[in-house]
Amino acid sequence: MEYEIVIGMETHVEQNTASKMFCQCSAEFFGAEPNTHVCPTCLAMPGALPVINRRAVENAMMIGLALNCKIARHTFWERKSYWYPDLPKGYQITQYEYPIAYDGYIDIDVRDSASGNWTEQSYRKRVRIRRAHLEEDTGKLTHIGGSSFVDFNRAGVPLIEIVTEPDIHTADEAYAFLSALRDIVRYLGVSSGDMEKGAMRGEPNMSLRPIGTEPFGTKVEIKNLNSLRAVRDSIEYEVKRQTEVLNSGGKVHQVTMGWDDARGVTVTQRDKEEAHDYRYFPEPDLPPLDVSEEWFESVRKRVPELALSRQDRFTQTYGLSAYDAVVLTRDRAVAEYFEIAMGGIPARAKAAANWITGELFRLMGSAGVSAGINAVKASPAQLAELIEMVENKVVNINTAKSVFEEMFATGQGAKAIVDAKGLAQISDTSALDKAVQDALDANPGQLKGYLAGQDKLFQFFVGQVMKATKGKGNPQIVQGLLKDAIEKRRLSV
Amino acid sequence: MTLCTLTIQQAREGLRAGQFSSVEMTREFLARIHELNPVLNAFITINDVEALAQAQAADERIARGEDTPLLGVPIAIKDVLSTRGLRTTAGSRILENYTPTWDATSVARLRAAGAVFLGKTNLDEFAMGSSTENSGYGVTHNPWDQTRVPGGSSGGSAAAVAADLCCAALGTDTGGSVRQPAALCGVIGLKNTYGRVSRYGLIAYGSSLDSIGVLAKTPRDAAIVLSVMGGRDPLDSTSVDTPVPDFAVAMNGSVAGMRVGVPSEYFIEGTQADVTTAVRAGIEQLRQMGATVKEISLPNTRVALPVYYLIAPAEASANLARFDGVRYGLRVPGEDLIDTYSRTRGAGFGAEVKRRIMLGTYALSAGYYDAYYIRAQKVRTLIKQEFERAFEEVDIIAAPVSPTTAFKIGEKVDDPIQMYLADVFTLPCNLAGICGISVPCGFDAAGLPIGLQLLGRAFDEAAILRAADAYQRETSWHKKRAGDRA
Repeated sequence: MEYEIVIGMETHVEQNTASKMFCQCSAEFFGAEPNTHVCPTCLAMPGALPVINRRAVENAMMIGLALNCKIARHTFWERKSYWYPDLPKGYQITQYEYPIAYDGYIDIDVRDSASGNWTEQSYRKRVRIRRAHLEEDTGKLTHIGGSSFVDFNRAGVPLIEIVTEPDIHTADEAYAFLSALRDIVRYLGVSSGDMEKGAMRGEPNMSLRPIGTEPFGTKVEIKNLNSLRAVRDSIEYEVKRQTEVLNSGGKVHQVTMGWDDARGVTVTQRDKEEAHDYRYFPEPDLPPLDVSEEWFESVRKRVPELALSRQDRFTQTYGLSAYDAVVLTRDRAVAEYFEIAMGGIPARAKAAANWITGELFRLMGSAGVSAGINAVKASPAQLAELIEMVENKVVNINTAKSVFEEMFATGQGAKAIVDAKGLAQISDTSALDKAVQDALDANPGQLKGYLAGQDKLFQFFVGQVMKATKGKGNPQIVQGLLKDAIEKRRLSV
Repeated sequence: MTLCTLTIQQAREGLRAGQFSSVEMTREFLARIHELNPVLNAFITINDVEALAQAQAADERIARGEDTPLLGVPIAIKDVLSTRGLRTTAGSRILENYTPTWDATSVARLRAAGAVFLGKTNLDEFAMGSSTENSGYGVTHNPWDQTRVPGGSSGGSAAAVAADLCCAALGTDTGGSVRQPAALCGVIGLKNTYGRVSRYGLIAYGSSLDSIGVLAKTPRDAAIVLSVMGGRDPLDSTSVDTPVPDFAVAMNGSVAGMRVGVPSEYFIEGTQADVTTAVRAGIEQLRQMGATVKEISLPNTRVALPVYYLIAPAEASANLARFDGVRYGLRVPGEDLIDTYSRTRGAGFGAEVKRRIMLGTYALSAGYYDAYYIRAQKVRTLIKQEFERAFEEVDIIAAPVSPTTAFKIGEKVDDPIQMYLADVFTLPCNLAGICGISVPCGFDAAGLPIGLQLLGRAFDEAAILRAADAYQRETSWHKKRAGDRA
């Protein structure tokens, strides 16, 4: 039998705020000595109380807005009770009844997930977002031998949980969704989105149903996915597994599966037959959260144009290729660099794109600039200046490249470098061309001689041009111009 | 033994004038505590060494001419408030070995104002109870009659003030835990408005009801302590940014023109007759002093008890989840994780705490939540609104604190409902989040003290303090000392 896959995605995004959700401890837990970023509040010492990190709330609002959600103007915090040694209070402070963001959607481009390319099979689709809410992360357990150790550095780091409607139907769609979500959180600057470091954790809830039928099949949740690839592969694996189970007359059990990345298989983690009662109730230690119009507006203004919208604009308005548009918009800083470099002039877009994806990325790669484009010394305005100089033929492209290398190394402006090094002459072809014509016009005898086969006279003309340009002419260009000019005259003779 | 009977006001005057030193005073208190605590069991932990060091430091500051409101004044602290470097048990065996590294905000403010901390006072475990019989460290005995309870849960603080073991003591009040023991021990018990004093460092029982209060010898003393510890704290999001007046100064000494409401629902059958008589007489006294007395009705009073016993245990069931043996406190290792939790909590918590955790867990369970917790919250809102309406017509409300005077140790331990009824007149105030005070207003036939409860609008502690102060200056009930009987 043929089955349709139905997937709803639950994604936890770890925020990159400076401090934790409910205390002032550093939220930078990755790589820190265990239990060094802790205080009475995140250790749940008797009598300690939580205080809201406004920044974390704003980040959640920004994600909500980027996901086209409605933003709750009145919400409150709730306690979710369960027992585990990594949960210091014995409850997690979260949002249950009124999430900060709800009823949204995200448009995703479903490409070939292996190559990332847009192919004939590629398409754009809309995934509805049910809700996005704020909560706090737990600590981290490590099991060594027969003992368990707990590190509370991560306890209380702000998380945003994003839940989709069951709109995802293939492993590639799941891949595309998470990839788009990752780009968004990076764009907003609210999270590293790094799945390998656990800063983004996608958990597909999936089931199969015979094609053409309505009721959902039994849901299986997959956890422990540390990369986009793992998300795709685990779904593909589960589809195969569940199809076999169903086709052999078996039943899929409602379980939580863990993905074993090394072996490429899912393994049953937890039987979820008995439903948890989390005993949610409003958090009495925190007042309800009211989002004023003023606050909302100030946050809304901070949401930038997102990658997909920029891609569409870059291809439609600037005429860039889909490939260039994707490469330039993946990183918000690159996209912004590009837009400044092209100065809003569509005719200049292709040149700016080539400079950035070619020279700039190459130089960044060889210089090992890992801090991103914002750390590059050459500013986009300076690149714009260089592009204009190329357009105006002040410098030719080869010279421009060496000028750009200088800009990249020193941060000096293009014009300053060209002036200081007297490089303008090299590509000042119009000025040179005039000198060439003048030299030929002024010396008809020598021209005749050269055309008659006195090759040595070529150097005479070069010398004449150099003299006329006060020694500034680039011999190579001068020679090229001379050859062209002489050939033209030979034909016209 | 003269220094131990001083009020904060008198102590400050004497210290300022150099009549005695804080070290002398502290030594006297410590000696008296060591003498009487074996009998009364008012303190769980006596802070000998640090108290003398604090007193020494206070004397040096006094010598330099410094003058802060509690400089050199010996105070006791209910053992449910976190104290830096001083064991804090919450009356529970689960925290027997727990010494905090940080002060509750209220404690920190007292410390900054120069107070000397004599020790940590006994209480019902996690402040759950009305007699201190639920303490993991033994019952506190009432200084007026050692066969009787001091009330609770701040029974240790009330007994300590009544027996002159400190100038004043901090208590906490979730359903009457400051006012009821104050009444049963014949001292002043001030329960502040919810949000007036930071709860940071108060080991939570019912977070939406818990408030920190003062047990003292005079309303003026309670006012001094409140002025020191009140006010917004960025570490407690439920603390309110309302100006904290110098309450002691704000008391102008008169109740003339004050409108006093007397709710009929607080004068009901089942209340000890001499309690009702004394409270009525106290109200008559206020009238004679110039107040206008008006009968009012607060019909939802009768449902306050069940509402309280859904909301407080619900919050407690989550608040006490952190006592899991993982990070601090008692740990009893078991076969596996769940077994370790069970053994730890089974051994660490007493019967009443377990009862309330189960009550609360039940009230929050799927399928029961709407019927119990949500419904209780709705009724709570009605109770709050009822008080707001009443306070449109009157300035303060006068009523009994407790339906009985101090009862015998063991008398109610087997009957939780009877025990819960001890707070029937004090619970509504917590549900409404307003303020209240207990003032001595007489004695029963057995010579046990009776308390008059004055309730005030939210953040209007000034009104009840002024009324209590005026009343106490016109009466002599508070002048009779427990020590005179002992």
